[in-house]
Amino acid sequence: MTASEHPDDVPRDGPELDGPELDRALSETWGDKPGLIGWLTTVDHKRVGKRYIVTAMVFLLLGGVLALLMRLQLARPDSGLISADRYNQIFTMHGSTMMFLFAVPVMEAFGVYLVPLMVGTRAISFPRLNAFSYWLYLFGGAMVWVAFLRDVGPDVGWFSYTPLSGPEFSPGKRADFWAQMITFTEVAALAVAVELVATILKQRAPGMRLDRIPLFVWGMLVTAFMVIFSMPAVTLASSFLLSDRLVGTQFYNPAEGGSSLLWQHLFWFFGHPEVYIIFLPGLGFVSAIVETFCKRPVFAYPVMVAALVTTGLLAFGLWVHHMFATGLPRLGYAFYTAASMSIALPSGVQIFCWIATMWDSRPRFELPMWWVVAFIITFVIGGLTGVMVASVPLDLELHDTYFVVAHFHYTLIGGAVFPLLGAITYWFPKITGRMMGRRLGQASFWLVFLGFHLTFMTMHFTGLLGMPRRVYTYPAGLGWDALNMTSTVGAFILAFGVLVFLVNIVLSLRRGEIAGDNPWGAASLEWAATSPPRPYNFAHIPAVTSSTPLWEESLPVFSGLRVKERELVLTTVVDAKPDLRDPSPKPTIWPLLAALATTGLFIWSIFSPWALVYGAIPVGIAMTAWFWPKSTPDIGREPVIE
Amino acid sequence: MRRLLPLLPFAALLSGCSGVQAMSEGAGFGSHLFNQLMLLFLAVTGISYVLVLVFLTFAVVGRRNAGGEARLKMLLIAWVGFILIGLILLTFVSFMSDRREAREGADQTPIKVTISANQWWWGVEYQNDDPTQIVHTANELHLPVGRPVQFKLNASDVIHSLWIPALAGKQDLIPGRDNDVRIVPTRVGHYRAQCAEFCGLQHAHMAFDVTVESPKAFAAWYAAQLKPAPEPTDPGVKGGRDFFMTHACANCHTIGGTPAGGRTGPDLTHIASRSTIAAGTLPMSRGNLMGWIANPQGVKPGVRMPAVGMTPDELHAVASYLETLK
Repeated sequence: MTASEHPDDVPRDGPELDGPELDRALSETWGDKPGLIGWLTTVDHKRVGKRYIVTAMVFLLLGGVLALLMRLQLARPDSGLISADRYNQIFTMHGSTMMFLFAVPVMEAFGVYLVPLMVGTRAISFPRLNAFSYWLYLFGGAMVWVAFLRDVGPDVGWFSYTPLSGPEFSPGKRADFWAQMITFTEVAALAVAVELVATILKQRAPGMRLDRIPLFVWGMLVTAFMVIFSMPAVTLASSFLLSDRLVGTQFYNPAEGGSSLLWQHLFWFFGHPEVYIIFLPGLGFVSAIVETFCKRPVFAYPVMVAALVTTGLLAFGLWVHHMFATGLPRLGYAFYTAASMSIALPSGVQIFCWIATMWDSRPRFELPMWWVVAFIITFVIGGLTGVMVASVPLDLELHDTYFVVAHFHYTLIGGAVFPLLGAITYWFPKITGRMMGRRLGQASFWLVFLGFHLTFMTMHFTGLLGMPRRVYTYPAGLGWDALNMTSTVGAFILAFGVLVFLVNIVLSLRRGEIAGDNPWGAASLEWAATSPPRPYNFAHIPAVTSSTPLWEESLPVFSGLRVKERELVLTTVVDAKPDLRDPSPKPTIWPLLAALATTGLFIWSIFSPWALVYGAIPVGIAMTAWFWPKSTPDIGREPVIE
Repeated sequence: MRRLLPLLPFAALLSGCSGVQAMSEGAGFGSHLFNQLMLLFLAVTGISYVLVLVFLTFAVVGRRNAGGEARLKMLLIAWVGFILIGLILLTFVSFMSDRREAREGADQTPIKVTISANQWWWGVEYQNDDPTQIVHTANELHLPVGRPVQFKLNASDVIHSLWIPALAGKQDLIPGRDNDVRIVPTRVGHYRAQCAEFCGLQHAHMAFDVTVESPKAFAAWYAAQLKPAPEPTDPGVKGGRDFFMTHACANCHTIGGTPAGGRTGPDLTHIASRSTIAAGTLPMSRGNLMGWIANPQGVKPGVRMPAVGMTPDELHAVASYLETLK
């Protein structure tokens, strides 16, 4: 339908308003104010997403520097390079940074940037919450890093087992900064998860039925639900810990009727799904890359989706395998062994489907595909050692040794970081408009890949020889010396590879080849937008008729959305039939101010319980202003007329 | 034998990993089972990995699939079948191994040992119905070969984990809970054990020595441990003992047969018979003993033991006294 047929006279996109004129109008509506004000007030999912990605990558580098420090200390036995006190802070910060400040946020960040583009909508749902989430994440990460640099960094491990992290054995404020960092990142992660679920379920382009959703989006949907169900457990756990430490509750004190094991149950009920929260988006990257470079949809789409959902469900049934040595009833362990092993099935099926897709096509081996191959070679090893540690008799020996360190770096670096590096290479042209350099890309690939295996393959043997985790030093003569030196050399090669990757990014930003809208010839909707996308993403909302819309002969579009107001199309959950038009919020400073107020409350509450009372006042004011009824008349929800 | 041939490379892999703290050492029933089970796991997972690599290589450089989706579907079903059979096999064998380990030694009378973990040392108590036959020691274990040991495990402060890799898997020591584990040592030798749960500043220096010996040697050791500390005769040694008894040392340490009865630090009644000091941190020698007493914080920063002010002569005397505690 066209604007002229419509009863009211507001301008709408359509044949009569198209091309540069439409671009001008939509840019004015959806764009941000120029300069600092625009930077601080933006609610554009692409700007927030980019920020999220860059911040998470900075935390990756910081966590990586800590890893190198640890490797330097462990290169030689009885090394006096780093003190026990510093080392314990360093390994705690390495784990916490990588898990809470890098891995989960970077995956959600890609979701924030890509999901609205991939489902063909103009904005993420709850864009102000999205901005709020980013600021909170930034401030929380900065808080714990400032604490670390001021020598009050947490020192009780990223898992912070009680009673070691309790008031009696960790006096001072170190453990509180850790627990409060959890609060920051959990609020941020939950906010993004809710946005993604709403965006994916309600804002898909008309025609993008559930069985046409790109696999990456499916991965993000399952991930978002996992965040929603698992994060409350750790938020509860860390709140208990904070109140034990601040106001003398005794949740974790066995002497007063508390339980030191309660922490472990709550923490791992979150902690195990956490691994899949990091890993499922990685699988999504792989599916997207494989589809594009094989020029065919990934084999057995329904099986792939079922595997993702199954992984998400099973992930909640195996937390006890982190606790096999705690003395829980032996027979119960058998259940968790079976559950832990069964998760190998959906992973194995997906691996098969990707390889089958390659075999059934003529894949082009561009750089992103190299990372996919590296992912398969590496991740499968991690998955198979995972089968080993799922077995109780094996785990009782392997648990808390370098074998486990090797295992989870194979799954997390192999399963999430390799796909992430592939994803960066793959979507770099979309985000920046330029291609990433090929030769430096290949150099960084080989350095990272070989450095990784040298570092972590070696650790399997260090572990089998009996080296426990989390020791700041070790005596000579136990057969660990040469192995540790090898891991250190490998770690530096790996780090050099990451450096080359970064140099490549910086150089490509300046003089990379201009990309065009769809440089790889991909099928999903984000490639229908310009590179980089305009603030409004799509001039007209695309209409989808298959799971590979850009490989169809043409991409039909819907028109009739107001251009003077921020307006989205809402569609039905299952069939994605056009349902409603919905307004989308404008930029505002209040999410930033609310985040600042919340940050004040959170940090203050490390030191005084009164923060919860007085600190709530500025938060209340900021939230009230944020949600103040709009002065402009609500444009209302109208059905979309086809 | 020929059937086991494919396992050879894996076996070589495992046997390359031996040492006093290696889990593949096989000096106890648990470690022995671990080796067997690990071989099976390595074989099954190794085959799976090779299958993936072969398929991947073929998909990258081999001939393209000519059988269409139908062939892929067939292969997928076969792959799922293979994974299922493998997982069921491994789960079942794990379960059976676990049961077997639980049964092992159940029909014999075990030695009963209570281990109390502290930041950062191990208290060891050999239980006996006759109170005069109870042995207290610290940071060491002597076990007779072939006889099951029933450990009772508790912790006084934070969570620790008892782990003697060469003998068996680990079991946590948790404040407020009593855990237990049965270990059957099967081969004579000296082994090293180490705390496996992060327990604070000096987690890295919380090890202990394990000696598995013949029942006769064990009985001799046990009898020696039951004796109180010898009364010193040498005047220099006497001076050392007097210093020990009249200064802070005696508040935390016990020396059997003397007024020193503190339990916040390790029992020192037979310290000179142990092979290491400070929970496996230093080898036992006069020099190390003196260095440790003179400056505990320098050896093991954060350790609960304070430096007790003493002159060089007093230090020599105390070391001489401790050296008589065989």
